[in-house]
Amino acid sequence: MKILVTVKRVIDYNVKIRIKADGSGVETQNVKMSMNPFDEIAVEEAVRLKEKGIASEVVAVTFGPTQAQETLRTAMAMGVDRAIYIAVEGEIQSLGVARALKKIIDKEQPGLVIMGKQAIDNDSSQTGPILAAMLGWPQGTFASKVDIAGDKAHVTREIDGGLETVALKLPAVVTTDLRLNEPRYASLPNIMKAKKKPLETMTLAELDVDVTPTLQVLKVEPPPVRKGGIKVPDVDTLIDKLKNEAKVI
Amino acid sequence: MTTLILAEHDNAHLKPSTLHTIAAAAKLGAPVAVLVAGQNCAAVAAEAAAVTGIAEVLHADNAAYANFLAENVAALVAKLAPSYAHILAPATSFGKNILPRAAGLCDCAVVSDIIAIEGTDTFVRPIYAGNAIATVKSTDKIKFITVRSTAFDAATATGGNAAVKAVDGAGDAGLSAFVGAELSKSERPELTAARIVVSGGRGVGSGENFKMVIEPLADKLGAAVGASRAAVDAGYVPNDYQVGQTGKVVAPDLYIAAGISGAIQHLAGMKGSKVIVAINKDPDAPIFAVADYGIVGDLFDVVPALTSKL
Ligand SMILES: Cc1cc2nc3c(=O)[nH]c(=O)nc-3n(C[C@H](O)[C@H](O)[C@H](O)COP(=O)(O)OP(=O)(O)OC[C@H]3O[C@@H](n4cnc5c(N)ncnc54)[C@H](O)[C@@H]3O)c2cc1C
Ligand SMILES: Nc1ncnc2c1ncn2[C@@H]1O[C@H](COP(=O)(O)O)[C@@H](O)[C@H]1O
Repeated sequence: MKILVTVKRVIDYNVKIRIKADGSGVETQNVKMSMNPFDEIAVEEAVRLKEKGIASEVVAVTFGPTQAQETLRTAMAMGVDRAIYIAVEGEIQSLGVARALKKIIDKEQPGLVIMGKQAIDNDSSQTGPILAAMLGWPQGTFASKVDIAGDKAHVTREIDGGLETVALKLPAVVTTDLRLNEPRYASLPNIMKAKKKPLETMTLAELDVDVTPTLQVLKVEPPPVRKGGIKVPDVDTLIDKLKNEAKVI
Repeated sequence: MTTLILAEHDNAHLKPSTLHTIAAAAKLGAPVAVLVAGQNCAAVAAEAAAVTGIAEVLHADNAAYANFLAENVAALVAKLAPSYAHILAPATSFGKNILPRAAGLCDCAVVSDIIAIEGTDTFVRPIYAGNAIATVKSTDKIKFITVRSTAFDAATATGGNAAVKAVDGAGDAGLSAFVGAELSKSERPELTAARIVVSGGRGVGSGENFKMVIEPLADKLGAAVGASRAAVDAGYVPNDYQVGQTGKVVAPDLYIAAGISGAIQHLAGMKGSKVIVAINKDPDAPIFAVADYGIVGDLFDVVPALTSKL
């Protein structure tokens, strides 16, 4: 079975973001970028399935600026076999990504697609289920465990009340939650090897899809700031403040 | 044109998240219909019909909807969708699973996790774990929207008298099956609806300590218990306790964080609380920057003292 994983290049989760002065967006120039953490988990899961002999090939796909190819190299250093890079100038949103992915999947015919549950830049959390809908495939979102047996995937999902397990008929789309696995670090030899792995480049024109954003960003602002409060010396003062000043207990 | 809400429920009762979503929908200014899809859920449909401000309840009762499988429920939503301008669901694991699939079937995007409504096509939503707030205008033909409960009041559960109409979709899409669920049981209030939340982090050290130190304070205050991702990952508490960017978003009157450093991903889930108390032995922990009241000290001294003096 072939597995397709999607990886997005985003501002590193440890970076404190800066909002552009004109309110048009978030500054991404000269900022540390990394693979979306949920996509690292997707890559790890796919590579493990290959190591277990369940998958025969793992292919990674990204949509983004030239530098997004580095993210594909990282995925290949983690064990992905080959990569597809689709050059995008300007913005591409979840719906556009899903439409384009559908075209790639029609051609690649994977048995399983693993994606992040959300990209930590837009926190939009929708590409996986939109894609699954377009393909007419079942979906296992927010996965914390994936078991493949025959033509079925058993996916344990993190839901608000606890955990739930669903059985999906393959091919299927799975989106990763944080507790699915602990992604590996790429070793230096594997980073070197990844440079030689095949990276195919495609254009949106070749895919012939409309990826015009349907969500126009009118403005981006900082959130209201909480004014820092005070430190209190002891529990008695705290109780007094909560009762008489904040009046919350 | 009417607004449709996909109700979150457990086949017995509406979830509070649905009432918040109804209140958000009311701001769009159009009549509001509620879809109750489930199995043996007539009581839920009746409950929805009694909510103030509902024009109509659509009741889809089918074994295929019993466990809210996205493949089955999204197909039903997509079938109904062309008659509506806006389709809303709560931004919970329920809504975030089903609504994007329904949107995908209609070749539309979702406006996720909105916190305000500026107009019929313009919405406000947090991005980058709440470190930026975006105002977006949707050009999709149908607006699919998930609503952050804490940003909207709850609609009044009584006073309405809407008509209930039976509807049906294709039923079982034959793609997926429900195998089972492990739901955490608790006598405490639900995390996202609680007036007070007591959360513990890695500093709590163990599941045992959660029981001996954090839970007694929560019980004294009638509070829900929350946790940081580090505490969940270490196995101190179940995953559904997690507060943050990828966990639950809470906005109680009082949030007490003990042994939590205050990573941005955690703050994303609790910064909207009215009053924040931080208990941490590190005076430089970032959590103090958002706390109204901070105590620098060992949580194993401070929390039990607080519990006994309250
Ligand atoms: C993509 C992504 C998503 C994430 N989503 C979330 C999320 O939703 N929610 C979340 O919480 N995290 C999330 N995280 C993780 C987050 O970055 C932090 O790692 C996590 O919040 C840290 O948890 P903590 O504060 O409990 O642990 P630590 O950062 O280790 O802090 C422990 C604190 O306890 C204090 N302490 C220790 N012992 C005591 C004592 N005896 N008394 C008092 N204080 C003590 C220490 O001084 C320290 O400040 C996410 C990370 C990523 C990459
Ligand atoms: N530009 C992109 N390139 C590759 N994968 C993407 C892109 N955008 C979204 N994805 C995938 O879709 C997942 C969910 O993203 P989102 O729905 O935008 O929050 C991400 O974790 C990625 O796996």
